[in-house]
Amino acid sequence: MATLLKIENLKTQFFTSAGTVKAVDGITYSVEEGETVAIVGESGCGKSVSALSILRLIPWPPGKIVEGSIHFDGKDLLSLDEEAMRNLRGKDISMVFQEPMTSLNPVLTIREQLTETLITHFPISEEEASKKALKLLEMVGISDPDRRLEQYPHHLSGGMRQRVMIAMALSCEPKLIIADEPTTALDVTIQAQILELMKDLTKRLGASLIIITHNLGVVARYADRVNVMYAGKIIETGTALDIYHNPSHPYTLALLKSVPRMDLPRQDKLDPIEGQPPDLTRLDDGCSFRPRCRFAQDGCAHSFPDLEAVSEGHFVACFEKDNLKEQEKVAS
Amino acid sequence: MSPEEGVMAAESRITRPKDNEILIDVRGLKMYFPVTEGIIMTRTVAEVKAVDGIDFYIKKGETLGLVGESGCGKTTTGRCILQLEKATAGEIIYDGKDLTKLTQKEMSPIREKIQVIFQDPFSSLNPRMKIGDIIGEPIKVHDIISDAGERKKRVRELLSLCGLNPKFSDRYPHEMSGGQRQRVGIARALALNPEFIICDEAVSALDVSIQAQVINLLEDLRDEFGLTYLFISHDLSVIRHLCHRVAVMYLGKIVELADCDELYDNPLHPYTRALLSAVPIPDPTIEAKRAHEVVKGEVPSPINPPSGCVFHPRCSLAVDGCSKAVPEFREIKPGHWVACTEV
Ligand SMILES: Nc1ncnc2c1ncn2[C@@H]1O[C@H](COP(=O)(O)OP(=O)(O)OP(=O)(O)O)[C@@H](O)[C@H]1O
Ligand code: SF4
Ligand SMILES: [Mg+2]
Repeated sequence: MATLLKIENLKTQFFTSAGTVKAVDGITYSVEEGETVAIVGESGCGKSVSALSILRLIPWPPGKIVEGSIHFDGKDLLSLDEEAMRNLRGKDISMVFQEPMTSLNPVLTIREQLTETLITHFPISEEEASKKALKLLEMVGISDPDRRLEQYPHHLSGGMRQRVMIAMALSCEPKLIIADEPTTALDVTIQAQILELMKDLTKRLGASLIIITHNLGVVARYADRVNVMYAGKIIETGTALDIYHNPSHPYTLALLKSVPRMDLPRQDKLDPIEGQPPDLTRLDDGCSFRPRCRFAQDGCAHSFPDLEAVSEGHFVACFEKDNLKEQEKVAS
Repeated sequence: MSPEEGVMAAESRITRPKDNEILIDVRGLKMYFPVTEGIIMTRTVAEVKAVDGIDFYIKKGETLGLVGESGCGKTTTGRCILQLEKATAGEIIYDGKDLTKLTQKEMSPIREKIQVIFQDPFSSLNPRMKIGDIIGEPIKVHDIISDAGERKKRVRELLSLCGLNPKFSDRYPHEMSGGQRQRVGIARALALNPEFIICDEAVSALDVSIQAQVINLLEDLRDEFGLTYLFISHDLSVIRHLCHRVAVMYLGKIVELADCDELYDNPLHPYTRALLSAVPIPDPTIEAKRAHEVVKGEVPSPINPPSGCVFHPRCSLAVDGCSKAVPEFREIKPGHWVACTEV
């Protein structure tokens, strides 16, 4: 498999009156062709900012990519001019957001929105574009597509709007789709429909998928590889099996323990992570998980641990990574 | 045997705790909202059957989960119990009294005992009030503690009970995180020493690590004060963790009700099965082996619900009869109720 996207030491910051928000603080990862990579982490840890950075959609002011590089399909994205970037967005890389209403234009019909994207990126006639739009709606499982084409977004249910968004995202057969919490606002049965649909279609197109979510179940069901983020950094990365069966960062370990499980009989008590995520304007030099970490040692306060391999393809940023298993045993 | 005797005989087979063990008994509850047309001369053109004839009871100290997708009537059920909606039909027997028949004055002392915790801690807290006043307000309004100093003390007690620093009394809601605000909501609900708390998506908006903290808090409080909960949520994992029994709602009806483990290990209604299969489990090995039955279509509108069994247009087991007759909600084995003719 060839590498499609390679992000190195990416830093994105927001310069606000409350201080500099280090929203993304030196992340490195890559996405192979046809691969599904999940980014998980709690609210505010920088998942969306990291995705918007790839598309260079960070609003300035107050935000800015301050360091790092992003290579996509042989191109250095941070050095492309705005026009080249515009051509890339929606065509080679497309995005699906949590709330489709924010990215669908309320005054255009579904047909107008779909054909607009197609006509912008391909030399095709209005008529051809309309035909393709109809096909796309059929592909994403919208019943009665002829009628839906002439409707406006507010005529559609949340699930249907998300299908339209996916149709738009796929319309130019992108190489990479970035889906930011694509189903968080939807009911579980609709969530399952949409996720299965995305999985099928990306597979058929051979596209890669970055899926951003806080839902550990969704990650387990759909991801090949997983990046766990905490306070702007990737603190663990590996295959889904690595992450779930051999979690090796205290945060990942704690996160997996704190979710209630539907498939297991009632446990006694959940094991929550005490405290709260840090304020991203007030990070010190040490490990940002330290105040909540039950394995922390004095050394954790001095510098931030590097991502180091614990097995092939499985990396962890923790000074104590080799001692967790021992300590867990002692604790239990 | 006369028809009445037939009913009696059937009833006597029903598993049901003794009356004095039951805290709240909801019978035949219906809540229809009129859909109106016109601005000056409004007329009712249709009805939304938000809740369409549901029956359940909750025992003292028990937590009943009410689960279902958006718009199925979970919140409306809670609001009817709280008397925030006037039920179209049915009885809500609380401690022997039918709440739907009480005057406002008669309701007031009972209302103290029934509290609610909402999903969005931010919108349910007045942004201009300090945390201390938010929590102290019900104590003042219901005249539980008239001395201001004593009241402050009680507020501080409630804050630390909910795992918050008593100093937070002087803060405003926007100065707190989502998890902290949810704790404030819980502290306020506890201010009047309630017996019964309706938790409406109380942990749904919280991040996983914070959600676990608040779930534990709700469990601790339940144990400490013997609280009874109606736990409304769309999150099947949280429901399994927290509830003793679970009722599954779909389009205004309860389609299945059973003990928690029984419901999850042996779901019978096709909708419950679809719902459970749709929830991904945080373990890739299990996920790789699991069958993913995806239920087709979307939830129909409650203005014009399908005839017969409301689930029939999406159901994989549906037969001709399903679109004709409303299936009886029957007890298929002790304590396990289901509204489907095909199971
Ligand atoms: N326009 C902005 N101005 C200032 N700060 C911002 C801006 N956008 C994002 N941030 C900050 O950057 C950090 C990361 O935000 P981001 O939206 O990436 O989080 P997230 O992981 O996607 O969270 P969620 O799960 O809630 O979507 C947060 O602290 C956020 O407050
Ligand atoms: S580096 Fe130290 S504080 Fe950070 S996660 Fe590891 S043990 Fe905990
Ligand atoms: Mg986000």
